[in-house]
Amino acid sequence: MKKRTFVRTLVGAAVLAVFSGVAYSQQTVKIGLLSNLEGPFAAGGADGMRGAELAIKQKNGMAGGRKIELIKASSDAKPDVAVNATRKLVEQDKVDIMVGPLSGGEGIAVKEYSKTQPNITFINGSSGAQATTLVNPSPNFFRFNTEGAQWMVGLGKAALDKGYKRVMVIAEDYAFPYSQVQGFMSEYCRLGGKVPVKAWVPLGGKDYASVIARIPKDVDALVVILGGADAVNFLNQYEAAGGDKPMIGGSITVSQDVLNYKGKRRDSLVGTIAGAPIADSFDAPEFKAFVADYQKNYPVSAGGYPSPSLFALVYYINMKAALDGLDAVKGDLSGGQAKYREALTKMVLKTPVGDVRLDSNRQAIGTTFITEVVKDAQGNLSNRVLRKVDGIDQMLGMKKEDFKMGSRDEPNCP
Amino acid sequence: MSAAEWRNAMNAGSGRLAMGKVLVLPPQEKTESWTRKNPIRARHVLVLGFLLAFPMYATPFLTYQIGAQSLALGLIALSLTFLGGYGGMVSLAQMTVAGVAGYMLAVFGASGEAALSLGWSWWIAVPIAIVIATLVGTAIGWLSVRTEGIYTIMITLAVGVAFYYLCLQNYSVLNGFQGFQRVYAPTVLGINLREPVPFYFLVLACALGGYFLAKYILRAPFGIAMQGIRDNPRRMNALGFHVMAHRVAAYAVAGLIAAVGGVLFTWYNGLVTPGSVGTSWLINILVIAVLGGMRHPIGPFIGAIVFVLLQTFAIDLIDRERFNLVIGGVFLAIVLFSPDGLLGLWAALKSRFPSGSKFLTPRGGIR
Repeated sequence: MKKRTFVRTLVGAAVLAVFSGVAYSQQTVKIGLLSNLEGPFAAGGADGMRGAELAIKQKNGMAGGRKIELIKASSDAKPDVAVNATRKLVEQDKVDIMVGPLSGGEGIAVKEYSKTQPNITFINGSSGAQATTLVNPSPNFFRFNTEGAQWMVGLGKAALDKGYKRVMVIAEDYAFPYSQVQGFMSEYCRLGGKVPVKAWVPLGGKDYASVIARIPKDVDALVVILGGADAVNFLNQYEAAGGDKPMIGGSITVSQDVLNYKGKRRDSLVGTIAGAPIADSFDAPEFKAFVADYQKNYPVSAGGYPSPSLFALVYYINMKAALDGLDAVKGDLSGGQAKYREALTKMVLKTPVGDVRLDSNRQAIGTTFITEVVKDAQGNLSNRVLRKVDGIDQMLGMKKEDFKMGSRDEPNCP
Repeated sequence: MSAAEWRNAMNAGSGRLAMGKVLVLPPQEKTESWTRKNPIRARHVLVLGFLLAFPMYATPFLTYQIGAQSLALGLIALSLTFLGGYGGMVSLAQMTVAGVAGYMLAVFGASGEAALSLGWSWWIAVPIAIVIATLVGTAIGWLSVRTEGIYTIMITLAVGVAFYYLCLQNYSVLNGFQGFQRVYAPTVLGINLREPVPFYFLVLACALGGYFLAKYILRAPFGIAMQGIRDNPRRMNALGFHVMAHRVAAYAVAGLIAAVGGVLFTWYNGLVTPGSVGTSWLINILVIAVLGGMRHPIGPFIGAIVFVLLQTFAIDLIDRERFNLVIGGVFLAIVLFSPDGLLGLWAALKSRFPSGSKFLTPRGGIR
């Protein structure tokens, strides 16, 4: 008798499981994808979308036994536009999971909005503001990418290894470069480096004469954290002024623009070190497979980049997290997505650049690459991976009590 | 000769030619209309009824993102219609005035930046924000009234861009690039104004207030004089009107309307950043005003509804990478086929099917 009950229960459970499985697979999961298709990051934003789509393609549009329906939206790097687009996806298009947005200010705004929608799970796109997960974190906002400060960890040590004992910082005057400078300086200062002068320049500035005039004679190198065109403008003017100090770059400084620089100082760029979450020349098989898959799906003729950009990689990672989470719970989003969030929190995500875990604020603990500019036989400049630093958390190795968010004056070691 | 009589004399003259036959009416009738009380027509009841009932059957999303956002933007654009359509002064700095109100609200009231915001209660912070923004609007007016036409546009654009860079680079008060997050509408008498429906009615009340204020002022002697100044400042000067003072006063009224709109728009977004006062928004306000039509205070609200609908839903109509083409195309079509915006289409329909009703509007503004 007992045995029969047991068998019945077993059969019943199996039938239930099959039915519930069927029930889930019949429903599609709607995922909202927010990136920038307009404004200053339109090109990068489109590549971010490619990255996210690639993650879905690799799973043939299915996750956790359910079909994925992707609904895209666009913003223009402005937080208010990002929230409007997100609100439409969540409240009008009724998506179950949100992936996005792209830039820092947008990320903070969408995180705040996520608090008003406790039954939807929000996963970051590529936004990298420290404050998103450090100040008033939201219980349903997850970020599987590392942010601006984490991207620079390891660079301080690399700079000292090169013999740069004193450096001057030249960076744009907003939150992202603050984070980058902090990531560099927290390590550099701890290991005994000195930063006597920090120059904060406006974003999109054209004239660097006053900054160049302030460069002290006794610094060994310049930490230049400027975006593409700004970096080239700075290099031109620095060359014209007769400057000859070596450079240390931020995560977006030593881009292809800079490597294609044609000025006389071109050769002096060789040896420039930088920190970033992606390195084109990284030779791990997972990364090579990712690059090959990207190139196959988005050839240059179809608008893709020769090699996936930072945005493509980061959107790929976050979308992959969303899908792997669905796999882990077999598509079960019931109960206000509680199980799904539990799975995301505990997940060890396999990414092309290594494993990613989340901390208690749902922020990624991941990998950073230290790269160095080298010259090949044809005279072309490219980035070579100098070192790979794993397991970087948002506290940058500091204790929670000692950690302060990066700003103009923090950290400081003149 | 009173301002109204003078105006009719002007209307009967060559100045009317540009408007075609639509507005040519016997002068006698027109004089009456300025003194006659405006009768309530069926369409007024219909529109008001629709606006009041809208949240009952619309989803919270439509109520908030379409309804409330359109009305708040419409209010800011109304200030431009008031200046441009009736004062002949196209100011691109109206969004700047709204932005000043938003920033002051964040600085004096509560926000996510506890170190920079003073955290005063809303009933102190809101009036301060509105007063400061109105003063800024007046100051911008005082600066720009000495110019005409395209130079007004240039100087107000310059002021707007200057304020944008001030917000971007001032960290000690305005928090630079980040701006202020978590600038939320308060809870008043137990009603949480952040909720879609209460917020909608708050914005609706303010929009109606702004609309009737504009309508009232435009019929008051000051408004009539302002329109006179728009049409012929030298003549008005000769008649003894202080042209500069009238124009600055017009900027002050527009500043007040824009300030209220700015407070509402900031609450709507829950944040204020340099992007909120960037050039794209300065231009957007002009687009909204032109789209709706600058001939009547209802124009900017119609324009705002079309603008918000397009911004929200254009991405569903077409390939998602190309949706801005739809937005641009619709704007272009409206302006191309009706230089007076959507109100112009309405007027054209009316003149095609004359029913004896009088569509009385002042002349279009941008010259």
